[in-house]
This record gives sequence, structure tokens and C-alpha cells, in this order.
Amino acid sequence: MANVVLKLGDDVSTDVIYPGRYMATVLPTETPQFAFADHTEFNANLKAKQIPPGSVVVGGKNFGCGSSREQAVSTLKGHELTIAAESYARIFLQNSINLGLRTITCPGIDASEGDNLEITAEEVVNTTTGRKFRIEPLPKARQAIIDAGGLIAYARKRLLEKSATV
Amino acid sequence: MGMTVAEKILARASGVASVKAGDVVEPKVDLAMSHENAALVVNQFFEVFKETNLEPRIWDASRVTIIFDHRVPAESPKTATNQKKVREFVAAHAIAKFHDIRGDVGGICHQILPESGYVRPGCVVVGTDSHTTSHGALGAFAFGIGATEMASVWALGAALNVEVPQTLKVNVKGKFRKYVGPKDLILYLIGKISAQGANFKVLEFHGPTIRSMSTSGRLVICNMSVEAGATAGIVPADKETLRYLREEAGVKGKIELVTPDPDASYEQVIEIDVSKLEPQIACPHTVDNVKPVASVRGTKVQQIVIGSCTNGRLDDLAIAAKILNGKKVAKNTRMLVFPASGRIYAQALAKGFIGTFMKAGAVVMNPGCGPCLGVHEGALGDGEVALSTTNRNFKGRMGNPNSEVYLCSPAVAAASAIKGVITSPRKGVN
Ligand code: SF4
Repeated sequence: MANVVLKLGDDVSTDVIYPGRYMATVLPTETPQFAFADHTEFNANLKAKQIPPGSVVVGGKNFGCGSSREQAVSTLKGHELTIAAESYARIFLQNSINLGLRTITCPGIDASEGDNLEITAEEVVNTTTGRKFRIEPLPKARQAIIDAGGLIAYARKRLLEKSATV
Repeated sequence: MGMTVAEKILARASGVASVKAGDVVEPKVDLAMSHENAALVVNQFFEVFKETNLEPRIWDASRVTIIFDHRVPAESPKTATNQKKVREFVAAHAIAKFHDIRGDVGGICHQILPESGYVRPGCVVVGTDSHTTSHGALGAFAFGIGATEMASVWALGAALNVEVPQTLKVNVKGKFRKYVGPKDLILYLIGKISAQGANFKVLEFHGPTIRSMSTSGRLVICNMSVEAGATAGIVPADKETLRYLREEAGVKGKIELVTPDPDASYEQVIEIDVSKLEPQIACPHTVDNVKPVASVRGTKVQQIVIGSCTNGRLDDLAIAAKILNGKKVAKNTRMLVFPASGRIYAQALAKGFIGTFMKAGAVVMNPGCGPCLGVHEGALGDGEVALSTTNRNFKGRMGNPNSEVYLCSPAVAAASAIKGVITSPRKGVN
């Protein structure tokens, strides 16, 4: 069971997830402190460890639009949040897959802050409202990276294969 | 079945005869660009090599380019230290296409790449910056990636598991009216198809208006293609591309023009006639909240910004200088100008534009990203409004979530600077 801790609308930009003024901070170990920095209360709760891993941020369409900054993903990954949105901007989705942030594409998803969700491979069940939403599979090209445990591991594997054949 | 420009480039770079939308390919990368975020790329690059017993080595250092532009000169010890680390990496790995903080060869990455002749038609360009789409203006397939993906490119020389995108064809006809141009066109298109209208897709631009547009204008429309979600924006290379590369970028040797097949398959064709287009403006807080300037006329503006990888080129400065010549920036309004590169700064100085701006009361800043992303300088106060020729107006973009950013062309920005309120440059023009 996962709790919805933040509900947002369409076009949530990476400037909202990780404001540009913190971009000098780059390391995944350091970025989590600035997650949704301008949502001051939510940010404070994250930092106070009031939000358990696996909690869900619900978004609308085009979640993560804007800048390619990877901090917008590592900052959420650092808190092990799950993102459930109707659709994602391309670079954000790709970065999420590369870093292992759990992103669920769920057209029509409807949930309010405080709702409980049950998430399986195929669907999201909002146990508070009783409504169910189908999950769309990820772009097929990206599955190999997820299976390898992220892009670092996948690239390392490819690098070793390449050096073995030289 | 014929191929689009994107399909042709991806097929060539992946070593196969043909590809179609939906195929998964691993294109070889011709150029890999990063800016200050190379600091993170370097970190991830070493991660890839960890526990492999292999020496960390870039697959081809001549294809890597790094430009400092986002926070130049450094605004904090943290940035300065990151820049220093990147400099050390650049030296250790012999990266020649490195553009440090300099008045001669420095500037914003999306201006440095074209003007240095690093991009050719048919190239695959990746960049750790979403506006890497800009380089489609020269007929390349150019797209933004994250830092970890760049680390993987540095190690392997290819983009892994790329799904060939669908292409939308945009046909543009008609002659722009006075003080209307490429920025108005791309804002209009984004407003029409929305911020996600081209998500995961390519915008391929055609038609007489595009053919007669300068490379500078094409850079504007490809730059902002990502604001409609596009993976890439592409103007198929032509005579103008050759002119730009030979005359302005000093490119020697063979240049191959990649054009789409006549029977290429497009997901959709969008037709636009610009002959009646009015100056456009993107209102807070999304880029697709686009209206004719006239509908928000009179809105008070505290800060005007002219510059960025979208509109900081010589023709942008020329039109602003023409409008501001002999005039003054309104009281209670400040105007910041930041040329896109050192070269453009020098050209603008020689043409007298810089003097015009200063006499009008504008502050001319060093080339770089400046206030565009709100990390460095030119932040807004609570409740303030900026009118900017940049490309994003998301909440907080200019450093303050309690402010508003409107996006427009250099002509609209300059006309509004004089009045201190949003103004159409076409008032009194017919
Ligand atoms: S000028 Fe703005 S949009 Fe362009 S590269 Fe710099 S920060 Fe990004």
C-alpha cells in the first residue's frame, strides 16, 4: 500500500521539481535536499524523513517537461518516491529509467493527497475511491536498461563485451 | 517506403540500410556536447568504469565538446570548483573542443557549436541540454540527454537503445509582416500543438518561409521545438545551410545535404501561413500559453531580457538596436542584454549596437546564459514581471517562484522596454 503524498497537475517542469538555482549541486548523494524546494512544506517533510519510501507523487500529462537536468530525477530517487503520471516528457522519462526512479504511466489517473494506492504490474488501484487505472508499459527500447539495473550497469556490461571482442 | 531526415540520419549512423519509426537502433554519435553539467558526467563516467579493470577512456575525444555558459563567470565557490574539476578532466583527456570563460571563443553552447563549425548536416548530435534540438537547424539529428546517458556515450560512442521517433511535417508559407519573425512562428506553433504536442516526435520544417529563412532564424525554431516536447527539430539542409557553414562557420571539405525522400512517411502534416501572423507572446507559467501580444498590451514590466540561445544572435540585437536607437528604456524598467557569444558581442560592438543599448540605458552583460535559468544574475523580485526573449517561463525559472515571465521576440522586448509595459512593435506599422 502506498500513500499519495503530493498531487500535481499537467506540465510539472523540472524547474519545479529541482529549481535551477540549486543546479551547482550535482551529486546524487547531495541533490535530495532540494526536491520540490519551492513546495516548502513538502520539501520540509521530505527532509525530516516524514515521507516513507515508496510514497507516491501523482502528476498529470507531460510530467518532467523542460530542462534535461538529471538532478530532477536523482532528487526524487534519493527519497525513493514513486511517480504516477498520465504521461512524461521524453528526457525526464529516459533519465528516470537510467537512474532507476520508479515512474508509472497511468492515463486518466485520479487520486488526491492522502489516498492509498495499490500498484501492480498492470494497474493502479485507488483503494480510497475504489477506482482502477491501467498502467501503460514503458517504451520497449528501455526495458534492457531496467533489466540490467540502470544505465551505469548496462553501459558497464556493454563496455566489457566490447573490450572482450577487441 | 521512403525515409524522413531523422530516419535517414539514424539509419546511416546505425549502419543499416533503412529504419522506420518504432525501430530500436544504436546510432554512433558524431558530436557529444556538455556544459557545466559535465561535472556530473565526469562523475558518472568514472562510475561506468568502476570494477572493470579498464582504464577510463573517452571513445573519441575529438567528438566531445564542453562549453562553460550556464554560470559564467562562476557565481559561487561551488560552481567555480566544479568548473575547475571539469577543466582538469578536459586537460587529462585532451578534449580540444573546450570553450572556457573567454571573450573570444566563449559563449552559449547552442551558439558556439554552429559558429565553430562543429555541426554538419546528417550528424548525430547529443547534448546534456534539452535545447540541443537547436542544431537541427543545420540538418543534423540533435537531441538532449541526461548526464548518465552522456557518460555512457563518452564510454561507448553510441546512444544506446534509441527508438526511432515519428516525424511531424510542418509546412510554412507566407512572408512575415514587419517586426514579426521566427520567434513568433515557433511560439504560435507551440501554442497550437501544446507543450506536449510533439512529445517523443520530430518536427521537420518545410515550405517557402523556411527556405528563405536565415540559419539564425532556423536556430530559433529548432531551439524551441523542445518546448512542444519534440525529441528533435530539423530543417533539411539546403543552400542557406551551405552558405552559413562555409561563410560564417569556416567549414572546409565535403558537406553532404540530407533531404527527406519524397515518399517519406509523416505522422501528421501541419500547415501554417505566416502572412497575417501578429507578434506572439507566451504568458506565465507555461510556454504553450501563447497569445497575440495585443491581448496583454499594457502589462507593466520591471525587467526586459534580450539574449539566450534562442534570441541572442546578431540579427536579434540588430532589430532591438534599431527600435531603441535614440530612445530610452522607461523609468522603473531595467533592460539586460546578453549576446549569445563573444563573437556576436564583438560584431554587435563593431556595428554600434552595444553603444545604442548603453545610451538607451540597457545593461550589456557578458555572453552566457545569464538570467535565463535564474541561477546566476538578473533574478526577479517578488511580484515582478519579466519580458524575455528566452525560451522558458516556468514558475521560478528566473530565480523566483513569486514572479512572472513572459516570452517574446527581440522586437517586442525592445518596443516594450521604451514604454515599460508590454507593447507591440507593430503599433503604427502597416
Ligand atoms: S540560454 Fe537558457 S535555455 Fe539556452 S542553454 Fe542557457 S540556460 Fe539553457
